[in-house]
Amino acid sequence: MFKRIYDWIDFRLGIRETFMPMLRHPVPREIAGPLGWWYVFGSASLTLFLIQILTGIGLALTYVPSADQAYESLLYLNYQQPWGWFLRSLHYWSSSAMVVLVLVHMTQVFLHGSYKYPRELTWLVGVLLLLCTLGMAFTGQVLRWDPDAYWGVGVGASMAGRVPEAGPTIVDLLLGGAIIGGDTLSRFFALHVFVIPGALMFFLAIHLWLILKRGISAPPKAGARVDPATYDSEYERDTHEHGVPFNAEPILKDIIFSALVVIAVVGIAAVAGPKGPSAPPDPTLPGANPRPDWPFLWLFALLALSPPSAETVIMLILPVALILALLAVPLISNRGERAPSRRPVAVLLVIFIYTTLGALTHLGHTAPWSPVMTAWSSDPIPTELIASKERTLSPLQLQGAVVFQNKQCRNCHSLDSIGGKRGPDLTHVGQRMTTDQLIDQVSNGTPGGGNMPAYGKQISPAEMTALVDFLTQLVPLGAAPARTPTQDVP
Amino acid sequence: MLLSGLASAAAATVVAIPGIGYLAAAACRKLKDQVDWVNLGPVDEFPENETRLKTFVNPLGQPWDGITANTGVYVRYLGRQSFEHQFQVFAINCTHLGCPVEWFPQSGLFMCPCHGGVYYANGDHASGPPPRGLYHCEWRVNSANQLEIQAPHLPTLQRTLRADQPVRG
Repeated sequence: MFKRIYDWIDFRLGIRETFMPMLRHPVPREIAGPLGWWYVFGSASLTLFLIQILTGIGLALTYVPSADQAYESLLYLNYQQPWGWFLRSLHYWSSSAMVVLVLVHMTQVFLHGSYKYPRELTWLVGVLLLLCTLGMAFTGQVLRWDPDAYWGVGVGASMAGRVPEAGPTIVDLLLGGAIIGGDTLSRFFALHVFVIPGALMFFLAIHLWLILKRGISAPPKAGARVDPATYDSEYERDTHEHGVPFNAEPILKDIIFSALVVIAVVGIAAVAGPKGPSAPPDPTLPGANPRPDWPFLWLFALLALSPPSAETVIMLILPVALILALLAVPLISNRGERAPSRRPVAVLLVIFIYTTLGALTHLGHTAPWSPVMTAWSSDPIPTELIASKERTLSPLQLQGAVVFQNKQCRNCHSLDSIGGKRGPDLTHVGQRMTTDQLIDQVSNGTPGGGNMPAYGKQISPAEMTALVDFLTQLVPLGAAPARTPTQDVP
Repeated sequence: MLLSGLASAAAATVVAIPGIGYLAAAACRKLKDQVDWVNLGPVDEFPENETRLKTFVNPLGQPWDGITANTGVYVRYLGRQSFEHQFQVFAINCTHLGCPVEWFPQSGLFMCPCHGGVYYANGDHASGPPPRGLYHCEWRVNSANQLEIQAPHLPTLQRTLRADQPVRG
């Protein structure tokens, strides 16, 4: 009965006729073996994208893309809508996993040289898919309409505002108005829900079409060089004579891995819960400490660490250069060895890129350059630095400790590694600097607008005396204080 | 052949004109030409040589902006100079990448939570990555002795809040 209905439909639609050859297309024999596990990352990214579409549609049923109600609708999703918290959580964690898997997929393709002839275009479209994925991650973060989202747009606009000539126009385009507000949210909603997903699906269709047309690359063998003159006939011969149909073993690996990824993501989403919204997007709320989502922490770190003179160049040229470099990969080398063992530069590049991104992401996470805005009022001076058996401070030095707290020195300087990390730890500063040097440093700051502001105008002579008296006695027990060579030994 | 070509060209034109017009208007919505002045209250509410965070609803926004239309500026009253009230009004945005700076009256510094930019009480750059001092808003004291400022847009390096201000400094 069902078969007759199916046959009736299929005769008219031609499903079997069209799609069965696609599913059955021959792939290299090795993919049926253990090496086939290298080929599962692309399909897993696709599976996560499908989850993003479904959860995204679900969220759009409740989310209000309006500046005055977006935050409330997110709270409603988190706390009132049944399963709303889980949908938000899954959408966030699945997007994170999608970024990870797209990167893993890309790295695998790069290491195995699968982007070489005749699959250059597949790589190029893949780079566009990576950009779409990151674009979704950024615009999605904006829809979370909390201070991170609000100030994230501000940072994006400030960067764009530095583009020579066109800067202000690009800022207008981004914000849709004079301030970050309803117009801004509406346009990021349109980008996140219509424009970028549309582009992503379009590129995805081309990506998949190219995979069907040019076939899946065989696992690389050292010594087997890609030569455009002979590659096609060899690939054709190998896959048709020895190949296996895709819908036999290879597709099972894809399904198993995708299933494991989905189970893991659902598990993480259930345990970790949704991200934010952290607070209402009120630009006048004090204590905002904006941070981007993890895929952009490396950029956040780079912007803090680059020298001011090179900053605009790094901000505007570097992203373009990175994208162009990725696009250029198959144009620079589309032939020759594919095996990583014969391509040391490729392997080193991967190690270098991931080490750099990892280090920057870690730095972005800890953000040692950011003043700890509350350190002066919430981190008391460690007791052993003020009173212990071996150390007794004079009243003037105690007064200095109070000045040290009140002038927000702790926001940048730590004592016993508690406090800000922007400036050096001052637990033993008395061993490094003399009274004169300290007075100079505190009143004039780092010369030339460096790391430390000049406190000369914001500190009275009496406060300065007390502060420096406190700092100079900060030496390890039994150690001598710093002195200049011309000074007499006390 | 000719007829179908003409017909599709005509159709494309009549669809494209309003479409492109809408997109261009929505994409490049120009800042309003008229200047909105925001009243920040009587001059005597600002103690001399002190800095206050003053918040208001920005008239440059849309009616549906909600709390995102809330805008903060730092107002510093410098007292009278030759019988005229003197103020400095700073946008809350760091000149590095636009994050909100926080005022610390004890040390007389503005600090930025993002990348560690620091400014002095007069708005000058003190340390960290910002390329210039804080953005100054245009201000005036009206006949009722109340402080008014020009409603600030999101200031960026090439479009500050004051026309006469150098881009870098």
